[in-house]
Amino acid sequence: MMHPYFIIIPLCTAFLITFIAGKNDRIAIVLSLLATSIMLAIALVIYPGLNDRCLVYEMGNWPLPFGIALVLDSFSGFMLVVVLLLAVTSLLYSMPYLEMVGRDWKYYALFMLMLAGMCGVVLTGDIFNLFVFMEIGLLAAFALVAFGCQAEEYEASFKYAVMGTVSSTLILFGIAILYSSTSTLTMAKIAALLPDLSPKVVWGAGALLLAGFGLKSAIMPFHAWLPDAHSSAPAPISAMLSGVLIKALGIYVLVRLFYNVFGAPQLFMQIFVLLGLLSIIIGVLLAIAQWDMKRLLAYHSISQVGYIILGIGLGTPLAILGAVYHLFNHALFKGLLFYNAGAVEVALGTRNLKRMGNLIRALPIASHTSMVASLSIAGIPPFNGFFSKLIIIIAAIQADRPIAALIAMIGSILTLASFMKVQRYGFRGERAIDKVMPVGWGMNAAMIILALLCVLSSLMIVPGIKEIVLDPVVTVIAGKTHYIQLVLGR
Amino acid sequence: MNSGMTIIVKTVTRITVWMILLYGIYIILHGHLTPGGGFAGGVVLALALLNVLLAYGRSYTFQWLRLPWLEHVESASALLYLVVGLLGILWGGTFFYNFISKGSLYHLLSAGTLPILNIIIGLKVALSLFLVVWVLAEARTSKGDAA
Repeated sequence: MMHPYFIIIPLCTAFLITFIAGKNDRIAIVLSLLATSIMLAIALVIYPGLNDRCLVYEMGNWPLPFGIALVLDSFSGFMLVVVLLLAVTSLLYSMPYLEMVGRDWKYYALFMLMLAGMCGVVLTGDIFNLFVFMEIGLLAAFALVAFGCQAEEYEASFKYAVMGTVSSTLILFGIAILYSSTSTLTMAKIAALLPDLSPKVVWGAGALLLAGFGLKSAIMPFHAWLPDAHSSAPAPISAMLSGVLIKALGIYVLVRLFYNVFGAPQLFMQIFVLLGLLSIIIGVLLAIAQWDMKRLLAYHSISQVGYIILGIGLGTPLAILGAVYHLFNHALFKGLLFYNAGAVEVALGTRNLKRMGNLIRALPIASHTSMVASLSIAGIPPFNGFFSKLIIIIAAIQADRPIAALIAMIGSILTLASFMKVQRYGFRGERAIDKVMPVGWGMNAAMIILALLCVLSSLMIVPGIKEIVLDPVVTVIAGKTHYIQLVLGR
Repeated sequence: MNSGMTIIVKTVTRITVWMILLYGIYIILHGHLTPGGGFAGGVVLALALLNVLLAYGRSYTFQWLRLPWLEHVESASALLYLVVGLLGILWGGTFFYNFISKGSLYHLLSAGTLPILNIIIGLKVALSLFLVVWVLAEARTSKGDAA
């Protein structure tokens, strides 16, 4: 049973860094990179063997309805792989990036704490334990957003902290309703008891949890904090926040709760579709007007999360497949785009698209990989984003919702337009720029890895690979409250 | 030493700080028997130290407590907590398994690893809270200065 190590290793690394690596940044870098790579290796080894199995780990040998359990099924395993994949590249990228911004071992300790929070949220089977891990991840993220120590970053971090606390309070109230009506905090047990209770419990708790975790995943009416926080953070942290944090703390939990615990109530599925469509269209409209590159990317996160939520709300197995696939793809290309933006920021000292120019000669790797990422996010055929968006749109048509499909398509076209703007002004403009600050090898390596994965992950939809990689996740989500038998009935 | 508050406050603090510390230690050690425990006791410990900071001022407290050493204890306590959890894997097979004999009910030395964990949490909470206030006291900003 490997699951507790996904929590032990990052926590241990974080505390070791504060304890022994206190004066030495190099030890901090080596420790965190080593720990994350080991975790990624474990996750990659475990994941194919999971299939339809659900491994339950009872902490401290306490039997399940009483103790805290870690539950590892395909969905959790999939999220672990996504989180750790981006974490490894983010650390690679951080090495040279932080050297230029000002190196600090505290960054790595906070990074590992954030990682521990995300892995904990994804693994735990106890709703209050989930809350605690979420807070660990969030508090570390607040500090990381403010890491540059500029007034603008403090403001963004403060805004993020306020919104994060509001959402955590809502979530706590939601958990309180569930606990007071079921007298248990184990998610599977709650799910087993809910059908006997009044549906008002699900509505009340569901509304609070939807608002709380909606804030965390920045779905449309709850999005206001995201552009500030994600554009002010250091680039590798922006990639982590946009790429995986909003998914691990937001979307993963929404899916887990509303599908596996509440059994996908029709009312909330309709709300998901509505919010998803709102996010897609308004997010992209706000993005297209931005001139700050990182801010533009941050607004696109809202729009792309909308696609995932739309797929989740449609609820057919095909739509869920699209949503899960898009979740993976978005982590890759959004991470890559933030790395590109960070490289430009390091090289030119600006995030303003108007002040960039033709960077192909000066920053060949950044500008070529940004092309790959732009085509992926805009949904151009050989790249991964095309397939996931196509699946979601087909699923919408099959579910007899042509308007949803139309809006998703319009959103995709507008995405293409705004990334043409990024390419036109940011990387392939008229003004030739030759003299720039050099970009470190770690940054280039991280960008190349993600660009390759952007292309390779379009293979995940090929029959044969799809059955191993994506289908088990869809089975877990579409199985709805079958989760109860998997966790409790052993 | 002319920093800190008046002689009255200093004298009262000198007498009471040990009592407060003792009370905090009592709460921590009886965590598995009575309400309270590592966190509550740790807060009481932190308040005792804060009393000294308020009454005697920063420079005196800095010498009295040897701050860099405290920072090491603070980071080490978190690691120690994890080590107890890991020992559970070693002896019981699961993370945080209670591997020490549970003893008999209501005795001070009972409940296996719980008193140990309480002591570690108490240390961590006391030092963390104290150091947070310390950092806030160190960072002196004038109006309009974001640094």
